[in-house]
Amino acid sequence: MKFSDFITKDAIRAELKAETKEAVIQELVQALLDAGEIEADQQEDIVASIMKREELGSTGIGRGVAVPHTKHPSVQKLVGTVGVSESGVDFDSLDGERVQLFFLLISPPERPGDHLRALENISRQLRDETFCRFLKQSKTADDINQLLKEADDNQFVSG
Amino acid sequence: MSNAPFRRIVTVNNPEGLHARPADMLVRTANKFTAEIMIGKDSEFVDCKSILSLLTLGAAQGTELTLTAQGDDAAQALESIAKLFDGGFDETNLVRGVEPAVDS
Repeated sequence: MKFSDFITKDAIRAELKAETKEAVIQELVQALLDAGEIEADQQEDIVASIMKREELGSTGIGRGVAVPHTKHPSVQKLVGTVGVSESGVDFDSLDGERVQLFFLLISPPERPGDHLRALENISRQLRDETFCRFLKQSKTADDINQLLKEADDNQFVSG
Repeated sequence: MSNAPFRRIVTVNNPEGLHARPADMLVRTANKFTAEIMIGKDSEFVDCKSILSLLTLGAAQGTELTLTAQGDDAAQALESIAKLFDGGFDETNLVRGVEPAVDS
């Protein structure tokens, strides 16, 4: 699976304004709404269900990266976006580091395989430190999109 | 401590596969031990103490993984980790609970 298969280009956000876990999730879900990927009347429920998932254990997976996510019956396919926070947000990560890089995913309940493959792709690419650092340095959505494209073309893959 | 490595095959039992939460449980359990613990399939092995690495396996339900551990507490470490796999990361009930009711 490639980033282009599940990341909505128009929902990518550089320079996130949010300073708390819930605000980051709100901001990224709003971005997906603005891009037309989710329905307005589902927005609140999606945010609540992502927050509920965070209560089971933070999705801050280390290296300043988090993958907040949920299953939601209102989406027909896996949808996702990327956000970058310059100052980082306290996300209760396992390694205690602030999170600068967010991959938010919403998947249909009956497709656990797609979610797993998206996580696999994200983690494989982020294992490359250069890719990870460049993403965190991105100042515009275009910068981020360009990096994702390069990653899709295997320009960073380290194994 | 030139202990011989321990090795064990485990299977991903839970329907959701090895996603973020099971990976988190694995890391927390592995971190209780000093042994070096690796997990993988085919020729690809990763550190069982790193969530990011575990997620790169993309291990779906039914995937067989090989665990290896080396160190003073290697045997106990493998025992604890295998238990997580055998128990489906306590997820089977959780998943059943959220599945939509089937109309009959």
